[in-house]
Amino acid sequence: MPRMRIIQAVNQALAEEMERDPKVIVIGEDVRASIFGDTRGLFDRFGPDRVRDTPISEAAMTGLAVGASACGYRIVLHMMFANFLYTGFDAIANQMAKLRLMTGGQVTLPITIIANYGGGRSTAAQHSDTPFSPLMNLGGIEVAVPSSPKNAKGLMKTAVRSDNPTVYLEPGGRGGELGEVPDGDYVTPFGQADQLQEGHELSLVTMGSMTRMTARTAKTLEKAGVSVDVLDMQTLVPLDMDAVLASAERTGRVIIVDESRDRCSAASHIAAVLADKAHSCLKAPVRRITVPDTAMPYAPSVERPLLPNSERIVRAAGEILGREFTT
Amino acid sequence: MTETELAKETMATLPNLLPEPGTLLEMYRRMLLIRKAEEQLARDVKLGRTPGQVHCSDGQEAVSVGLCAHLDDNDRITSTHRGHGHFLAKGGDARVMFAEIYGKAEGICGGMGGSMHVADFSKGIIGANGIVGAGLAIATGAALASQLDRSDRVSVSFFGDGAANQGVLMECLNIAALWKLPVLFVCENNGFSEFSPFEAVTAGVIADRAAPFGMPNWRIDGNDVIEVWRTGAAAMDHVRSGCGPVFIEAHTYRYSGHFSAEAMILAKPYRSEDEIAEWRKRDPIMRFRTWLEDRTEVGTAELDRIAAKVDAEVSESVAFAESGTPPEPGTAAPLMFANGGA
Repeated sequence: MPRMRIIQAVNQALAEEMERDPKVIVIGEDVRASIFGDTRGLFDRFGPDRVRDTPISEAAMTGLAVGASACGYRIVLHMMFANFLYTGFDAIANQMAKLRLMTGGQVTLPITIIANYGGGRSTAAQHSDTPFSPLMNLGGIEVAVPSSPKNAKGLMKTAVRSDNPTVYLEPGGRGGELGEVPDGDYVTPFGQADQLQEGHELSLVTMGSMTRMTARTAKTLEKAGVSVDVLDMQTLVPLDMDAVLASAERTGRVIIVDESRDRCSAASHIAAVLADKAHSCLKAPVRRITVPDTAMPYAPSVERPLLPNSERIVRAAGEILGREFTT
Repeated sequence: MTETELAKETMATLPNLLPEPGTLLEMYRRMLLIRKAEEQLARDVKLGRTPGQVHCSDGQEAVSVGLCAHLDDNDRITSTHRGHGHFLAKGGDARVMFAEIYGKAEGICGGMGGSMHVADFSKGIIGANGIVGAGLAIATGAALASQLDRSDRVSVSFFGDGAANQGVLMECLNIAALWKLPVLFVCENNGFSEFSPFEAVTAGVIADRAAPFGMPNWRIDGNDVIEVWRTGAAAMDHVRSGCGPVFIEAHTYRYSGHFSAEAMILAKPYRSEDEIAEWRKRDPIMRFRTWLEDRTEVGTAELDRIAAKVDAEVSESVAFAESGTPPEPGTAAPLMFANGGA
């Protein structure tokens, strides 16, 4: 299996899907210059009809994606930073998420919106949101949250092939992370969590940008003698609650690690469903490791402690296992 | 220069074309169908036959009919919350529109959309929209699809003077002009943004907003269906030949309120009965009928026959809608995603 960076895996998936289906069109802000590298080279390979730079006009771009996809194209729309989704939110929230229902199923909208999310890089409050909850709550939008080169490729291919609008959220600042990617036409199905390791004492449930750190923390806990189950959700809509419930049944203790602000986060939704359906097998309260309900500050000394980290996970693990770990 | 003088100047630059006789009669039929359908719907709302309210376009029929006469099912339109007229002008079936507004499974959207969202993709009616201005970008995207297809399909985005104040209009004018997309931006200026008169919320001339983008822009009398049709002929010629977008501002007026129940919620009227009466003197259907009687071989008897057929179609639509079945509870969720997704 070749090793590549997350961003190269996204780039490879886009190129393969454009090769496979001439109806796939890539548009967006600076898709030729490609500041993240995910759309680099596509213009030279597929030409100006299929790869178009757009003005910084998010309201028009998201609406245009609706119109073009309703008329037969598969639109990949790069919106750069996840905060810019808000500028184009009408067509996401009121059109993409609702048109299929509103028209009685007359329309399919194969749209993939790419956006980079998350903090930790001093990009300040308007370039570092993790907008899981607004997207999860819309109803008609699929939300993919890749965490590794492998599922970055597989989830992108599924997103492009999906007949539904999908927001594909790239973990910010992690595009350079290396990993193995299976050869050939590798796809990752939506709605299936990835079981990174199995254990019977503690479940760590995570997603996207928090996955690598959480998996590392699991190794630390294993060294301290804890048997840890680790789940990477891979998509938030659809959400593989069956896998979470099965994990909760194995371990009875669940910590959810999510880069969203805590209020109505992916973590709090998962915790709510656990309270509803896994109450009888839980041996301890479900813990959420999230970002406090503040905007992301610029100064690293203030920003960094807001983000979930190993220390917080280990501390929570100690509390619900009734043990003390030295970290 | 007054509006009329401006319009006259515009007309002088347009070819002195007239629709074929068959087209003229079909235009008359569609205008009358829109008027009578909406009068019926307004009564139906009062009688509690519809679960929701309606936004009627009575008085504005010439704009949608005069322009849609140049379109076929391959061309696409986007419409507004005031969309019944666009739906019927583009060839939508009145029966399934009524069933939709009555909230029945037999409706064109299965009863899931209602009055504000009548759409028939098989006829290029790609959505009426409850969000003011949202259709602009959707039509622009549909035009991008036509361009990529190398087809001569055009998109027409109908929007109101209220939508002209949405920022997305500027964004779409820029992109459409930059990419030379085959799209017509048609502003139906009926003088009101919901309950606020034009002068209270809008600066300048709406058509002028297209000028900096190098886009042909015309202001016309939207109550003169022949003038609308002629402007449409020139606009289609420009757009279909790949020269890029065109902007039309058509001045018109709605006799009904912003929506059907407004009299019950407003403390006082926001326009005078005199103003409405003035506009009724310029009624587009009355003027077209007089024009047909004066300028063509079509006689009163034939026009009356068309009117009787329209009455029958409206009655049949009501009967169709009344006999429909309410959609089953639980049928919304499966419509959220295609192919059983999510």
